[in-house]
Amino acid sequence: MTDFLFQKTNGLTDKQTHYCPGCTHGIIHRLVAEVLEDLNVVEETIAIASVGCSVLSYEYFNTDSIQASHGRAPAVATGIKRVFPNQIVFTYQGDGDLASIGLAEIIAAAGRGENITVIFVNNAIYGMTGGQMAPTSLVGQKTSTSPLGRNPLLAGMPLKMCEIMSQIPSVEYVSRVSTHSPLAIRQAKVAIKKAFENQRANRGFSFVEILSSCNIGWGLPPVEALKWIESRMISYYPLGVYKDGKDLE
Amino acid sequence: MGKELMKGSEVVGASAILAGCNYFFGYPITPQNEIPEFMARELPLNNGVFVQAESETAAINMVYGAASSGRRVMTSSSSPGIALKQEGISYCAGAQLPCVIVSVSRAGPGLGGILTSQADYNQATRGGGNGDYNVPVYAPADLQELSELVQHAFYVADKYRNPVMVLIDGTLAQMMEPVELIKITYPEIDHMQWSVTGRKDRKNNHIISSIYLVADELEQHNHWLSKKYEQIVNLEEKAEIYQCEDAEIVVVAYGTSSRIARTSIDNLREKGVRVGMIRPISLWPFPFSAFENLPCCKYCLSVELSMGQMVSDVILASKFKYPVTHFGRVGGNMFTNSELESEILTRMSEVATND
Repeated sequence: MTDFLFQKTNGLTDKQTHYCPGCTHGIIHRLVAEVLEDLNVVEETIAIASVGCSVLSYEYFNTDSIQASHGRAPAVATGIKRVFPNQIVFTYQGDGDLASIGLAEIIAAAGRGENITVIFVNNAIYGMTGGQMAPTSLVGQKTSTSPLGRNPLLAGMPLKMCEIMSQIPSVEYVSRVSTHSPLAIRQAKVAIKKAFENQRANRGFSFVEILSSCNIGWGLPPVEALKWIESRMISYYPLGVYKDGKDLE
Repeated sequence: MGKELMKGSEVVGASAILAGCNYFFGYPITPQNEIPEFMARELPLNNGVFVQAESETAAINMVYGAASSGRRVMTSSSSPGIALKQEGISYCAGAQLPCVIVSVSRAGPGLGGILTSQADYNQATRGGGNGDYNVPVYAPADLQELSELVQHAFYVADKYRNPVMVLIDGTLAQMMEPVELIKITYPEIDHMQWSVTGRKDRKNNHIISSIYLVADELEQHNHWLSKKYEQIVNLEEKAEIYQCEDAEIVVVAYGTSSRIARTSIDNLREKGVRVGMIRPISLWPFPFSAFENLPCCKYCLSVELSMGQMVSDVILASKFKYPVTHFGRVGGNMFTNSELESEILTRMSEVATND
C-alpha cells in the first residue's frame, strides 16, 4: 500500500491541456475537478464548455459535456438542467463569453434562479483571439484593440460582474476569488465548493468569479502576471462574498 | 377520440405532446404566441417543462442543451425570430442534435408585418446559419396534415439526428379546422449511444460539440453530414400530385397557397381547362421526382405568397423543358381565386399562341 500525499483528481482526464505556460486556467480546472471529486459527483455532472480559451475544457473535465456557442452556455445549461434536475450542471466561461456576448444569457439564467453553478474566469482580456479588449479590461490596459490603453471616455469603465449579479433577487451565491497566490487558490476552492454544494442542496444559482492571469495576452512573465492580478485587478475587483442567500419575498 | 375544432397553433402543441415532446423553449412573437401559451398550459400537466426564454437565441440554445439528453424537444417562432435562431440551428446540425423547430411565417423583410406570408421559403430551405448543413422542412396545407407532420418531424429528427422544421404561415397557425388527433406509431430510436446524461456507469464521457479544429477531421465530419443529407434527399421527399396526368399547365404551390390553388383548379377543370397541381409537402428535400411524369406540361406556375422564392427550385425541377414563372401576393395579402384563375388563363392562352 502506498499512501499518496497528492494525486491528480479523477475529475480531470489525462489529456494534456493546450493552455499557455503560466496561465491559471489549469489551476482553476483542477480546483473545479477536485471539488466534483470531493462531493462525489463526477459521474453525475454535466459540464458546459463555452467559447474562448476554455473552448476545449470538455476534453479536460472527466464528465459528460456540452460545448456551447459563444455566450450561450447559461441557456444550454438551462436546457439540460431542466431535463435532469438532479444532475450537477455547471458552465465554465471567460469574460468575453460571459460579460460581453453572453450578458443576456447570464443575467436571464440568474433572473430565473436556475439551479446551476457558474465558473466565471476573468482575465481582463480576450485570450483565445489574440488579446483584444474585454469588457473587464482595466482602464489604461493596452490590448490589441485598445493599443493606447483602455480609454473610459470611449469604452467606459470595466464591468464588475459580481456586483451586478448580486443585485439579482433569485441569485443564491456570488463570490469573487483569485489565483495569484497559494492562499488565494485555497480560498478560491472554498468558494467553488460552496457553489457546487448549493446546487446539490437545490439552493439555486451560484456564481464564482475567479481572477485569472493571461501572461501572454498581458505581455508579462508568468510571475509578474500574478503580481499584476494582486496589484492592479484586486483593487478594482475586490475579493469576497457578495451574496449568500436569495432575496425572496 | 373523434374530430375536434382546433386552432392551428394548438394542433402544433397537442401533436408535439402526442409525439412525446416534453420540453418546449420559446419566446413571444406574433402570429405564433398561441403555441408557447398552449405549451405553458399543457406541458406541466404532463410532467413536462416549459421555459419562456429571454430571447430567440437563448430559446434555441436551451433546445440545444435539452436535445443533448436525447429527449424530444421543440421550439417555435416567426420570421424575424427564426432569423435569430439560425445560429443555433447550425450548431444543432453540426452537433447532430435532433429537435423540431416550428416556423410560422409572417411578412418581411425586417420587422415587416404580422400578417400571413410565405416569404420564408429561402430562410427555411437554405437556412441562414453558417456552414454546410441542411434541415428537412415540412409544409402542411391543413390542420390534420399539420398534426401528422409535427409527429413525423420528431421521427425524422431522431432518425437522422438533425433539426427538422415545420413551416406554416400565419393563416394556418390562426385558423380553426376539425382535427382528429391520432398518435402515429414510429420505430423507436435509442439515443443512449451518444446522449449526455451524466456519465454514471459508462466508461467513456459523452460529449456534444460541433468543433473540429483539425481540417481533415472536420472534412470527414462534413462528408458524414452530407451522406446523411443525401439519404434524406433519397428517402424523405413528399409531395401531392393533383390532376397532373393531362395537365398542360401545372401550378406548384404549398401550404395556404395550395388550398386556394386547389379550388381554382377545380373551378377551371369544370370549364375544361387542363390544369393540375404539384403540392410540395417536403420543401427540403424539394420533391423533384414529382416533376418527372408530367407528359402534357407546357407551363409551370409557382404560386407563393412571396415575390418568388420556390420558383428557383421549380425552374431546376423543370429542367428547362417548359417555361416557369411566379405568381403571388405579398405584404400579408392573399390572392383570390379569380386573380389566380385569370393568371392561369392568361398563361394558357400564351401557351396556345406559341403552339
